[in-house]
Amino acid sequence: MNQYQLFKLLKRVGLWALIAVVMVYAIFPFYYAVITSLKPSSELFRVDFWLSSLDFSNYVQILSQKSFIQAIGNSILVAVSVVFIALLLGITASYSLGRVRFRGRTTVLLVILGVSMFPQVAVLSGLFEVIRALDLYNNPGGLILSYTIFTLPFTVWVLTTFMRQLPMELEEAAIMDGATPWVTLTRVFLPLMWPAMATTGLLAFIAAWNEFLFALTFTLTDSQRTVPVAIALISGGSQHELPWGPIMAASVTVTVPLVILVMIFQRRIVSGLTAGAVKG
Amino acid sequence: MTKSAMTGPTNQSAPDKVRSPEKGYRGTKVRRQRVRAAWLFLIPMLVTLVLVAGWPLVRTFYFSFTDASLSDTAGATFIGIENYLVYDDGNWYGILTDPTWWIAVWNTLFFSVVSVSLEVVFGIIVALLLNAEFKGRILVRAAVLIPWAIPTIVSAKIWAWMLNDQFGIINHLLLALGVIDSPLAWTADADLSMWAVIMVDVWKATPFVALLMLAALQMLPKDCFEAAEVDGIHPLKVFFRVTLPLITPALLVAVIFRLLDALRVFDVIYVLTSNSTSTMTMSIYARQQLVEFQDVGYGSAASTLLFLIIALVTIVYLYLGRRQLGVDQ
Repeated sequence: MNQYQLFKLLKRVGLWALIAVVMVYAIFPFYYAVITSLKPSSELFRVDFWLSSLDFSNYVQILSQKSFIQAIGNSILVAVSVVFIALLLGITASYSLGRVRFRGRTTVLLVILGVSMFPQVAVLSGLFEVIRALDLYNNPGGLILSYTIFTLPFTVWVLTTFMRQLPMELEEAAIMDGATPWVTLTRVFLPLMWPAMATTGLLAFIAAWNEFLFALTFTLTDSQRTVPVAIALISGGSQHELPWGPIMAASVTVTVPLVILVMIFQRRIVSGLTAGAVKG
Repeated sequence: MTKSAMTGPTNQSAPDKVRSPEKGYRGTKVRRQRVRAAWLFLIPMLVTLVLVAGWPLVRTFYFSFTDASLSDTAGATFIGIENYLVYDDGNWYGILTDPTWWIAVWNTLFFSVVSVSLEVVFGIIVALLLNAEFKGRILVRAAVLIPWAIPTIVSAKIWAWMLNDQFGIINHLLLALGVIDSPLAWTADADLSMWAVIMVDVWKATPFVALLMLAALQMLPKDCFEAAEVDGIHPLKVFFRVTLPLITPALLVAVIFRLLDALRVFDVIYVLTSNSTSTMTMSIYARQQLVEFQDVGYGSAASTLLFLIIALVTIVYLYLGRRQLGVDQ
C-alpha cells in the first residue's frame, strides 16, 4: 500500500514538474521581452529575471517614430482588408464546395489544397510582375492582393469543413420553399456561419499580420511597410549594436493585442485550426 | 457525419425519381440550378486564385528560361535552360553547378527533418500533458498558445536577444550552470547557427502540433485506456501500442503541414542569420538572387527547383502515407 501511495505521489510530482517546465518554456521568452522593453538603456545589458522599476522610455521612443505608427496603420489596413476579401470570396465558394455535388468539385478542392501548400517564393517573380503591372508596388494594395494567395485557400477550406457540418434539413426546407441558392446561402446559412467566419477571419488576420516575405519584397519606403518588416529593419549604429530596448518595445506593442485576442478566442482558434487540418 | 451530409441529397433524390416522374423532373431542375449557382459562386474565388497564384507561377516558370532582370522583366529574352545548366568554354555553369545552391538544398532538408521531428516529439508530450486531468488545464493550454500567436519576426528577434553572445540570457544561464566556459556566438558561429534557428522554429511551431495532437487524443475512446489500466499494463506500452497507432493519421497530417512550412522557411532565418551560408535555405537563396542580385531569370530557376522539390516531397509523402491518410478512398 505504501509503495502504491509513493508511486502515486511521484506521478503527481512528475506531472506538475512537467507542467512547470512547459509553462516556463512557453511563456519565458515573451516575459523576457516584456522585461527588456521596460528597462532603461543603462540597465539593458545586465541580466535580470524580474523588474525593479518601470521605465517606459523605449515605448516613448518607438511610439514617437512616425514610421512605426504608419507601419501599424498599414498592418491593420492590410490585415482587415485581406480578411474581408477572403471571407467574402470564401463564403460563397464554401457553399458551392460544401453543399452542392457537382462534377469537378474534387478537382477544385485539390487545386485549393495545392495552392495553400505551395511555397511563396515560387510565385515571387511572377507576382512581382503582376503587382507592378497593376501599379501596386510599394502600396498596401499590392500586399492585400498578394496575401489572398495564402488566406483565401485556407479560408475556403475551413469554411467548407464547417459548412458541411450544418444539417441538411435546413437546406431541404429552403429548396421546398423555392428559395434560390443565393437566398439559401444569405438567409439560411450565413446566420449560422458567423461563428465559423469569426474563427476563420481571426486566423486569416493573424496570418496576414505576421506575413514577412511579401511585405519585405513588395514595399520599398518606410511609410508603406508593415509591422514585421518595420521591426526586422530597426537598426542601430552598426550591425553589432542593435537597439534591443526599442526592438523589444516594438515587439511587445504589436504582439500584446494578438496574445489577448488568442487568449479570448482560445476555444475558437483551436477548433478552427483542427478543422483546417482534418483535411487529409 | 460529414459524409452523410454530403451523400444525403443524392440518396434521397434517387428514390424520388422512381416514385414520380414529375417530382423527378423538378429534382433535376433544382439540381441543375444549384450546380449552375455553385459555379457562379466559385468563379470570383477561382479568378482571384488564378490572378495571384496560377498566373504568377506560370510566369515564374517562364522567367526561369529567360535572362529577365528585376528592372526589366518585359524585355526578357528566351535563353533555354542556361539558368539551370550550360556548358561554355570547357566549364559548366548554371544553378545546378552552384555549390551554394546545393548547400541551400541540404540546409533546407536538414532544417526541415530535424525541426519537424523535434516538434512532433515535443508536440505529443505537450498534448499528452494537456490531455491529462489537472486543475488549471485551460490556463496551461492558453500559455502553450502564446508562442504560436507571436509573429515569427518577433519571436526571431526575441530569441536573437536571448541568444546574444555578450548579453544574452541563455549564455548567462549556461555560464552560471557551468555548462560552458565562455559565451557562445549562437547566431554567428557556423556550427551553432543552424541549431539556433531550429531552436526558434521548434519553440514557435510545437504548439501547433500539440493542438492537433490534443484534438486527436480527445477523440479516442476512453474504454480501452481504462481496460489497459485495469490490466496493469505499463503506460509506456499503452502509449506505443494503443495511443500512437490511433493518432497516427492525425500525426501524419500535422507532419505534412509542418514539413511544407519548414521546406519554405524564410523569415526566421532572414532575421536571425540573414544571408549567412551556414543557414541559407532554398527560399533565402532564391530571394537573394531575385531581389538583391536583381537576376529574375536565375532566381526564378531557383524558385522553380524549390517548387519541384517541395512537390516531389509532398507526392512521396502522400504516397508513403496513403493508407493512413485515407488518400485511397
